[in-house]
Amino acid sequence: MSKITDKTTMSRRTALELAGGGVIAALLTGTLAGAARADAALLSDAIKKAVGDSAMTEGRITLDLPEIAENGNTVPVSVAVDSPMTEADHVKAVHLFAEKNPAADVASVYFTPASGVAKASFRMRLAGTQNVVAVAEMSDGSLFTAKKLVKVTIGGCGG
Amino acid sequence: MKGEITALATIVALTTGAGAIAFAADDWGKFQVEDRRSGYTYATAETQAMQDDEFANPAMLWVEHGEEAWNKVDGEAGKSCNSCHGNAAETMKTVGSTYPVFAKDIGKLENVEDRINRCRTDNMKAKAWKYDSQNMLGMVSYVKRQSLGQPMSVKIDGEAAPWFEKGKAFYTQRRGQLDMACSHCHVDNAGNMIRANTLSQGQGNGFPTYRLKWQKPGSLHRRFRGCNKQVRARPFKTGSDEYLALELYVMWRGRGLPVETPAVRN
Amino acid sequence: MASKPRVRVPKTAKKGEIITIKSLISHKMETGRRKDSKTGELIPRQIINKFVCNFNGKQVFASDWHPAVSANPFMAFNFKAEESGEFEFVWTDDDGSTYSKKASLTVN
Repeated sequence: MSKITDKTTMSRRTALELAGGGVIAALLTGTLAGAARADAALLSDAIKKAVGDSAMTEGRITLDLPEIAENGNTVPVSVAVDSPMTEADHVKAVHLFAEKNPAADVASVYFTPASGVAKASFRMRLAGTQNVVAVAEMSDGSLFTAKKLVKVTIGGCGG
Repeated sequence: MKGEITALATIVALTTGAGAIAFAADDWGKFQVEDRRSGYTYATAETQAMQDDEFANPAMLWVEHGEEAWNKVDGEAGKSCNSCHGNAAETMKTVGSTYPVFAKDIGKLENVEDRINRCRTDNMKAKAWKYDSQNMLGMVSYVKRQSLGQPMSVKIDGEAAPWFEKGKAFYTQRRGQLDMACSHCHVDNAGNMIRANTLSQGQGNGFPTYRLKWQKPGSLHRRFRGCNKQVRARPFKTGSDEYLALELYVMWRGRGLPVETPAVRN
Repeated sequence: MASKPRVRVPKTAKKGEIITIKSLISHKMETGRRKDSKTGELIPRQIINKFVCNFNGKQVFASDWHPAVSANPFMAFNFKAEESGEFEFVWTDDDGSTYSKKASLTVN
């Protein structure tokens, strides 16, 4: 293979491009902070629509998501709820929300005692770094919740 | 100068909130041969898992589509692929690891896409398929899947030699507004970050590859077009002689790496 | 791509065993928020909005999907094997069409 000799030029160009990316990223962070209140309202509306506005307790849910997602188009997610899954005591549904997506709803999964365990895995879209929120509805009507922050990488060649 | 790039990349990574991506292991086993590393080794654990699980790998939907098409009669000659080639598991076993090849009867280099279309138009009297169409991606994926795990070994001597030289020259030729060659990213900076993504060696052993960005599989030539566009160069057409020559060179770069079709990448 | 489902269910299970079921279907899951790069017009939403798993005619698992579910949707879930029978998986598209697949399970 022939050797590329002009490496200095490459590095300077890359350096400038990378530095530019940093500034843009910093500006974006500021904009996102301003939009946070609107996101919170969208999220609470979506949750209210799915389960009403009863009180929710944190816990019982294991929300498995990558800390850093390589691409926001396809983020593997697994949600499991601790429950005996009997007729008398089981998980009826788990609703998943993404607080900064254009629409907060992601998916709802509905279990039955025949499920054996309340667990589901699939892949979701995340429009940027944000919290993913899970709300579980139990057979006695009680609600549990959990959330996890997922960082979504952008830019470069995969963005 | 590499240090400078890495340092700046780290700053950007921190600014955007994307820290170092955790890799599964340092021993890459079959995915590394000497200094040649499959793109698999640069992917996150989640992306690797999506490829590893033959059921969960979304590109297997296309492989299945290809398998169906293999057995389906099409064209005026009333033939299917199966009519001439029989059991693909046996007859197509080395295709994925050895193509593109110099085809004496047409006097030029030919990749799997071109060979499929030649079969379709000449032997089956059927319509040619478009590059990156569902049918073409399905058939190429199914055919190359039969070579899963085989070490890549394209022939670059004899009549293939001029094509190889042409592909090699392409690889180191600066182009586009950014004035960059393939080698700037995939030789000089493989493993470094370009903004929030890790640059790979740009190996071709997993194509057609399901890219998370595309949300479907795509050909190696489609990937070439993407790379060329990213350095703001005018891309060549999929199936062009330029990309065919480049395909041969890229496949040679990955010699010994296992065929992974269909791979899953960012 | 025409929607074609795949499911993976073990052929046999012991009574009381909790099995894992995996499903995959080809679908663009068009969000309705993308613009056509040539015309600049919004591409209308078209997604699979519901996935149901029945066993011996009774619903045992279901899921509602929104545009945030990735293209070529994958879903894995569990089932407690108590008796032999047949699964039916049904995916419902925004346009009203459905795609389905069956699989049988023998419990011993």
